[in-house]
Amino acid sequence: MATIELQAIAHRYDSGHGSAIGDAVIPFAVNALDQCWPDGGAYALLGPSGCGKTTLLNIISGLLHPTAGSVLFDGVDVTARSPEQRNIAQVFQFPVVYETLTVADNLAFPLRNRGLPTADIDSRVASVLTMLGLQKQANLKARDLTVDEKQKISLGRGLVRTDVKAILFDEPLTVIDPHLKWQLRTELKKIHQQFQHTMIYVTHDQTEALTFADRVIVMHEGSIVQVGTPQELFEKPQHTFVGRFIGSPGMNVIPCIVEGATAIVGEHRISLQASLGSDFDNSGLQNTELGIRPEYVRLCQEQGLPAVITAIEDVGKHVVVRVNVAGHELKVIQREGEPIPRNPRVWFEPGKMNLYQNAHLVEAAQ
Amino acid sequence: MKTVNNKAWLMVLPVLLLVGLSAIIPLMTVVNYSVQDSFGNNEFFWVGTEWFQEILHSERFLNALQRTLLFSALILAIEIPLGIGIALAMPKRGIGVSICLVLMALPLLIPWNVVGTIWQVFGRIDIGLLGHGLESLGLDYNYTQNTFDAWATIIIMDVWHWTSLVVLLCYSGLVAIPEVYYQAARIDGASRWAVFRYIQLPKIKRVLLIAVLLRFMDSFMIYTEPFVVTGGGPGNATTFLSIDLVQMAIGQFDLGPAAAMSLIYFLIILLLCWVFYTLMTVSDQAVSATKGRTN
Repeated sequence: MATIELQAIAHRYDSGHGSAIGDAVIPFAVNALDQCWPDGGAYALLGPSGCGKTTLLNIISGLLHPTAGSVLFDGVDVTARSPEQRNIAQVFQFPVVYETLTVADNLAFPLRNRGLPTADIDSRVASVLTMLGLQKQANLKARDLTVDEKQKISLGRGLVRTDVKAILFDEPLTVIDPHLKWQLRTELKKIHQQFQHTMIYVTHDQTEALTFADRVIVMHEGSIVQVGTPQELFEKPQHTFVGRFIGSPGMNVIPCIVEGATAIVGEHRISLQASLGSDFDNSGLQNTELGIRPEYVRLCQEQGLPAVITAIEDVGKHVVVRVNVAGHELKVIQREGEPIPRNPRVWFEPGKMNLYQNAHLVEAAQ
Repeated sequence: MKTVNNKAWLMVLPVLLLVGLSAIIPLMTVVNYSVQDSFGNNEFFWVGTEWFQEILHSERFLNALQRTLLFSALILAIEIPLGIGIALAMPKRGIGVSICLVLMALPLLIPWNVVGTIWQVFGRIDIGLLGHGLESLGLDYNYTQNTFDAWATIIIMDVWHWTSLVVLLCYSGLVAIPEVYYQAARIDGASRWAVFRYIQLPKIKRVLLIAVLLRFMDSFMIYTEPFVVTGGGPGNATTFLSIDLVQMAIGQFDLGPAAAMSLIYFLIILLLCWVFYTLMTVSDQAVSATKGRTN
């Protein structure tokens, strides 16, 4: 187990054969990352497809050599080392098993490759089989198992090494049936709590990320836009992208002008928490936006901004109401049973509003 | 009551006709010859299994069978590992792929009798590049007189002609292996041999089975190339079953024994293909058997 540190990591995929296209044209898949992930944590790399999260994972595991920067495990530079030398484990999107080998032999495979004594291998394999609940299948050929069992073997090949530095997951539940996803994720969480491996989990599914990880790293176009606890990502998105990406539906972001402790949307004035507006002067702040979670918007009749309802979606546990406020579309989460007023106004819960300047959060003055 | 639609029979009629004319009727003709004797004038006499017994006890047939079996065994022993080796060494991407594929496909495009002619000339000690070259090096090489040289020439010719087929089949299997398997192997610290043994070989097993069956059948039935190069000689050293059969049927016009021999020949090929198939798929069947039990 190890603390993983990334120093100025950047990666750019080659065009392959030095084609006529200049280097400058190929965008960085991952750009200038500095991160330190302490030992024993459960981390999730969250972001949409193509944001560079798998690239980053492969750089950590050593499958990819970064164009620039270095990877440190416990302060030791491992950038030049192979995945085997780094001693990490990786579980891929599609289960990888050695089909002609039995389940037990699959688990023994990494240990045999490292030349461990047979007695050690047998006891390690037996304990991992128990840990994963695969004792009954131990002597079956791996190709005979179901997808989720195969994925457990992939994980087991990492767990079987006692000295493994980190276990990396690359969207490991993509091909698993929904009802088994929960089960596997719970088992994973349990294994993490029991053995405290450093675990890094790549996903585009926010539920997976938020339930699995202590700290979530949100990526967007090759850069990390926020690192935080699920709570922080929800309450204080550092970037409008995080606000929109996390949550279902995502945060409402509306352009506004700030005057003192007041945000002006169209012709309407909204009072902000005093700490927010105090630093602002309204000159030259063209790209200012107000962010508010749908959970913190209320539909009422007495106070707030006049709104026109455009759509109502009943998603079961609550109702998502789409309204138009001064030309901007807002989503409102209305708890089930709460009446939807005929001529509604929207009211923003004080203290839950965030201000963004050029898409970045403006920190409240203390 | 379910009505039976007999129109379906009408639909399969063309196929039945085609198969009948192209396969069943000729085969039955051979069966017919194999149990009769003829002295010309279109007169036939029933002889029962006499020809079969004669063939199975004839030294000439047994010797040719041995030679053919040895030839196929050598061909498989050389071409299959060599083909896998070349396929593993071929590039997976880039311009090299097309170059390799074209080079590999070239020998396959040459007609059999041309291959025979090429090697017949190539190996000649008076004008052939190979034969004359070896002779000038002081090596005693003569495929028309020396049994070993004749065998070596024919085997090298077949390896040159047909290894490509094994290569192409294996290559198609290899490129279909997802990259993630190799990544997992790197993480598990697998050696090059372990990668081959536990990832590549299992994944190309099915195409390899096809390669083995095709190469076995083709080499067991080989006729044209050795006929052109050595004509079955020196002596009978390279007279394989097919050459023997043609000599019997056309050279000597012994239709009865030749028909009996054809059928025995056919059954041997069928039997050996079954053996190969069973051996190579035995682990699959064991697996599905255990699967059946667990379900």
